Amino acid sequence: MYRYDQYDQNLVDTRVEEFRDQVERRLSGALTEDQFKPLRLMNGLYLQLHAYMLRVAIPYGTLDGRQMHMLATIARKYDRGYGHFTTRQNLQYNWIKLDDAPDILADLATVEMHAIQTSGNCIRNISSDQFAGAAADEVTDPRPWAELLRQWSSFHPEFTYLPRKFKFAVIASDEDRAAMRLHDIGIQIVERDGSFGARIFAGGGMGRTPVIGKEIKDFVPVTNLLSYLEACIRVYNRHGRRDNMYKARIKILINALGVEEYVRQVEAEYAALDKQDIDPPLAEFERIAAYFAPPAFEADAPDTVDRSDPDFALWLDQNVGQHKQPGYAMATISLKPVGGIPGDASADQMDLMADLAERYSFDELRVTHAQNIVLPHVKKADLYALWQALNQAGLAEANLDLISDIIACPGLDYCSLANARSIPIAQKIAERFADAGRQRDLGELKLKISGCINACGHHHAGHIGILGVDRKGTENYQLLLGGSGAEDVSLAKITGPGFDEAGIVDAVETVTNVYLGAREQGERFVDTYRRVGMEPFKEALYG
Amino acid sequence: MADFLYFRDDEPHDEPAVTLDAFLGQSNAGAVRVESGEDVRDLLPHLDRLRLIEVSFPAYRDGRGYSTARILREAGYTGELRAEGDVLVDQIPLMRRCGFDSFAPAADIDRAALDRALTRYDNVYQSAADDRTPVWRLRHG
Amino acid sequence: MKILTGNDLGTGDVVWWTGSDWSRHIEDASDVGDQGEAIAQAEEGARRVNTPYVIDGEMTETGPRPAHIKDRIRALGPTIRPDLTLKPADPEAGNWVI
Repeated sequence: MYRYDQYDQNLVDTRVEEFRDQVERRLSGALTEDQFKPLRLMNGLYLQLHAYMLRVAIPYGTLDGRQMHMLATIARKYDRGYGHFTTRQNLQYNWIKLDDAPDILADLATVEMHAIQTSGNCIRNISSDQFAGAAADEVTDPRPWAELLRQWSSFHPEFTYLPRKFKFAVIASDEDRAAMRLHDIGIQIVERDGSFGARIFAGGGMGRTPVIGKEIKDFVPVTNLLSYLEACIRVYNRHGRRDNMYKARIKILINALGVEEYVRQVEAEYAALDKQDIDPPLAEFERIAAYFAPPAFEADAPDTVDRSDPDFALWLDQNVGQHKQPGYAMATISLKPVGGIPGDASADQMDLMADLAERYSFDELRVTHAQNIVLPHVKKADLYALWQALNQAGLAEANLDLISDIIACPGLDYCSLANARSIPIAQKIAERFADAGRQRDLGELKLKISGCINACGHHHAGHIGILGVDRKGTENYQLLLGGSGAEDVSLAKITGPGFDEAGIVDAVETVTNVYLGAREQGERFVDTYRRVGMEPFKEALYG
Repeated sequence: MADFLYFRDDEPHDEPAVTLDAFLGQSNAGAVRVESGEDVRDLLPHLDRLRLIEVSFPAYRDGRGYSTARILREAGYTGELRAEGDVLVDQIPLMRRCGFDSFAPAADIDRAALDRALTRYDNVYQSAADDRTPVWRLRHG
Repeated sequence: MKILTGNDLGTGDVVWWTGSDWSRHIEDASDVGDQGEAIAQAEEGARRVNTPYVIDGEMTETGPRPAHIKDRIRALGPTIRPDLTLKPADPEAGNWVI
C-alpha cells in the first residue's frame, strides 16, 4: 500500500499545526463559530448531538495493522473505546473534545493518517473497491488512481469552497462494489489497446434527489486525468447553484444543463486547461503504482480448504470471496452481529483485526462501503485459524450481503441532522431474521436504513430501503423497494404510507414473504421485484 | 475602510473599478469589478488594457472567485487581481495560489494569524497560478 | 416552558441553562421565558457555550422534559448504548425518550 514520502508527511504534519492554530483562535474568541465551522468541517470535525464528532479519512478504504492499532488507541485515549466505520470507508469517533482534536490529528499523523477534507464543500475522501488488488475480476488495481486523486484534491486551491461536497469513487471491474454510479464523479478504470484509462461518470448521488451518474467520457489516459477533472469541477464551481444548498450538488447542474451541454462546457474548459501545467508525468503515476505491487504470494499455496467444521463452512461460503491469486482468498469480517450496531467496532476488536491482518493478510485491511472490514489476502490454508480467532471474538457472523448485513447511518441516536433513529430499526430487523438458515434462504438482500433524507444510509440503493422521517414529532419509517448501488444500479421506489417502529419491522417481513411466494429459480429479492413490480408488495402491505 | 493587503512590487492601482457591463459597453477604464456570478471570460479580449480586476466575494462560502482568478491568470493577465468582500484569514493562502495579489477584506484581518498562514506550508500538491513547485515535480527532478 | 440548551465549547457536552449557569443535567434546566435569545447571545459571546438555542419543554414530575425527541435524546445519550448515557444504571431510562 501507499507510504508517505517526506512531502506527504510534511503536508499532513503541517495541517495538524494549522488546525491547532485554528482551534486556538476559536477558543480564544478570535474566530466565531460561523467562521470556524467551515475550517473544522474541512478537517472532519462536526458538532453532533452529544459531543464533537471526528471523521478520520481512510483513503480508498485501505489501511495497515499499525494504522488500525492507532485507531484503537485513539478510541481508548480520547473517546469511549469504540469507533464507527462509515459508508464512505471512513471512521468516526463520537465523543471528541475540541481541545483534544489537534492532539488526535498529531497521533494520526504518526501513522500517515489524517482527517483532511472528510467534510466541507470540497473534494472528499476518495472511495474505492474494498477488494482492489485482490479481486479476480479487476482489470488493474484502482488504488494508484485513487491515490493520485487524493494528492491532487488535498488542499486544492480552487476547489475548497465548492457549491457543495464532492465525492469520487474509483473502481476497476465491471462488478461495482463501491456504488460508483452514485457519486458526484464515478470512475471505472478500463483497458483499451493494452493501456488503461478512466471511464468517467458524473452527476450521480443520493441525498434528497437521488440520481444515477451518466457517462461523460469513455476513456481518459492517466496523464490527462487531473486536467480533465479540473475542467469537470471548474464548470461545476462556476455554474453550480449556490442559492439553495439542497440544489447545489453537481447532479442538479447536470440535470439542468443536460448532459450534452455539460460535456460541451467541460470539453471547452479542458481545451483551455490542456496547455497548463496540471498533470504530473507518467513517472509519478508509476511511482505511486509501485507501492501497490502485489504482496509476496506463495506460488504453490494449496487451493483447497478443509470444510469439515460446518460452522466454518457456512462462513466460508458466505463471507469469503475469490482471489486473483490461486491459494488465497478475500475474507470479510462482518461488523453486523445480530443485535449489534452496524459498523461499530470496539477498540479491542480493532486491535484484534489489526493483529489478524498482520498475521494472515500481509498487514492489510480494507473498510467496505457496507461498513464491514476485509482481510484481502488470506492464504486459504489459514482461513480456518482466522475464522477460529474471529469466532472467539464474536466477529465471525456469516451474513455478508444477507438481510442482517444492514447499512445504517448513526441516525437520531447521534446525528444532529437526523429525523429518526436508524440503529434500533436495524437491530430489530436483524433480530426478527436472526435465524441463519432463514437468512440464507432469503439470499442476497441489501437492506439500507437512513435516519433522514440526506441518505447517508443509502436507502435509495437498498433492495429494501428504509427512510426515517419526523411525523409530527414522532419517528416514522418509509419503506422503499428495488434499489441497487451495484452494477445493476437502480433507485428504490417508495411503497406508500410509512410505519411506526414496530410496523416497519413487520413490513420488511411482509415484503420478504411476498418475495418467497413469487420468486423463480435463482432470483434474488430485487430480481423478483423487478419482474413482478411494486403491486404485489403494495397489496400485501396495505391490502 | 478595513485592511488592505498588497502583494505586488508596483504601486496599488487606485482607479475606481467600473462594472463588467459598463466596461464591455464602451469604457476605456483600466479597472473593472467582476461580481461572483459574472462570466470573466468576457474580459479576455481586453486584458492588455486592464491594470486592476476586482473580484467580489459576497460570502466566504461563495468560491466562484477562485475559478475566476485562475481563468484570468491562465489567459495571461498580469495586472493587479484583487479579492474584495467576505475574505477570511484562512482563505488568503488559497487565494494567493489562485492568482490574487491584493485583498480588500470587509472585516479586519488578524495580521499575525495571516503571517503564520502564508508561510506555513512548505509544500503543495498542485501547480496553480502561483510559482510554487508541486511535489510531483520535486519528486521527479 | 422554554428551555435554553447548547453544547460546551471545549468538551462538546450537551448543556442546559439553569438560570445562572450551565448544567449537563436536564433536571437542572430552568424556564427562560422570553429571555432565551438574550441569554444565548451573551453566553455565546463569552464562549461559555456553543450554538445555543431555545426549545419548548414541559415540567413533569421528574423534571423538565424537552418537547422534541431530538432534545430528549440529547438529554439522555444514545438510546442504543445505555452504558454511555447519563443514566447507565437505569434500565428504563430509554423509555423517557420515546
